[in-house]
Amino acid sequence: MCGVCGCGEGHSHSHDHDHEHPHDHHDHDHGAEHTHAPGLSPKRMVQIEQDILAKNNRYAAENRRYFGERGILALNLVSSPGSGKTTLLTETISRLKDELDIAVIEGDQQTARDAERIRATGVPALQINTGKGCHLDAHRVGHALETLQPKDRSLLFIENVGNLVCPSAFDLGEAHKVVILSVTEGEDKPIKYPDMFHAADLMILNKTDLLPYLDFDSEQCIQYAKQVNPRIKILPLSAKTGEGMDSWLRWLKAELELQRIDYA
Amino acid sequence: MHEMSLCESILQVLEQQATAQQYSKVKTVWLEIGALAGVEIEALRFSFDVVVQGSLADHARLEVIEVPGQAWCMPCGRNVVVQQLYDLCPYCGSHQLQVNGGDQMRIKELEVE
Ligand SMILES: Nc1nc2c(ncn2[C@@H]2O[C@H](COP(=O)(O)OP(=O)(O)O)[C@@H](O)[C@H]2O)c(=O)[nH]1
Ligand SMILES: [Mg+2]
Ligand SMILES: [Zn+2]
Repeated sequence: MCGVCGCGEGHSHSHDHDHEHPHDHHDHDHGAEHTHAPGLSPKRMVQIEQDILAKNNRYAAENRRYFGERGILALNLVSSPGSGKTTLLTETISRLKDELDIAVIEGDQQTARDAERIRATGVPALQINTGKGCHLDAHRVGHALETLQPKDRSLLFIENVGNLVCPSAFDLGEAHKVVILSVTEGEDKPIKYPDMFHAADLMILNKTDLLPYLDFDSEQCIQYAKQVNPRIKILPLSAKTGEGMDSWLRWLKAELELQRIDYA
Repeated sequence: MHEMSLCESILQVLEQQATAQQYSKVKTVWLEIGALAGVEIEALRFSFDVVVQGSLADHARLEVIEVPGQAWCMPCGRNVVVQQLYDLCPYCGSHQLQVNGGDQMRIKELEVE
């Protein structure tokens, strides 16, 4: 029996409720909640059919249009804290800033340290502090764009809050999510945090300079990532020594070229 | 994950709809949550009770309709049921699976007054 109609009378349903929800997972206990007088109850059903994240998705669509109209390649960098996102960015920027316009949005719960690290390389950066929030959302990124004003045909990095879970559900309007996993985190992370690896188009396997000191099984890690997401591309590199950086820079330039194609 | 902010989004929808649909109290909320949506339902229930306190949905009941995960298996050429994003095809063992159902999080309907 459907919980709504437990008392069997007095409701003016606005539609034919079909009573077919699979409720077996949840014990109904609604005797006490239905003490209203039959016939007097103003209770009724309202159909909504709305995605819980609809609001975020609308803002994300606006951001995506903004990027599309300006030929901007926006990348959403996600990882657990300390995998090397900011280091990868500063190393990338120092190699590319003479040939490309680059801007960065930094998300952290607190402090403006990472934005300062980026600005030290000579490119504009804006810090968003999410406070207790565990992820950036498309609305805050939209406002950041108004302030940051990234140039047309530029490369925009959005460094998300360090968290392998929550940012996976929040579209920011980016062209791609790029997940950074460092070899010190263990090869099983793609199957332990599948949502993130499923949502990403590229996985950077960072800190490969440390491989000689660890038992990290790269092949197994790559296999796990492909298991969660058969389409994911994987680039091993070391932001510290620069090994593998070339492939990453080539990927960035190729993606930027694609993003610029339908831009006059 | 982020069940708290999901509940805040739900509450926003309830508040927005209150004017359009002319209600002042929400008694029950039906959600449809896919098995692959990455939502911990117990955590969602807990957060919901906390988030709606003092709002138009104070003490509202949360009903969750769980939808199984579904993916298209390329080698088999058909839809299969999956529990997790890293599941292999239950028939051929392939991981060439494309999720095409059971990743939704939707508000379906409300009981209001
Ligand atoms: N050995 C090594 N250390 C790295 C590498 N990349 C980053 N790190 C270090 O990892 C720590 C965290 O880096 P950071 O960029 O702040 O990570 P974030 O929290 O993801 O932004 C710092 O001490 C970096 O110096 C790398 O490729 N190799
Ligand atoms: Mg950082
Ligand atoms: Zn199969």
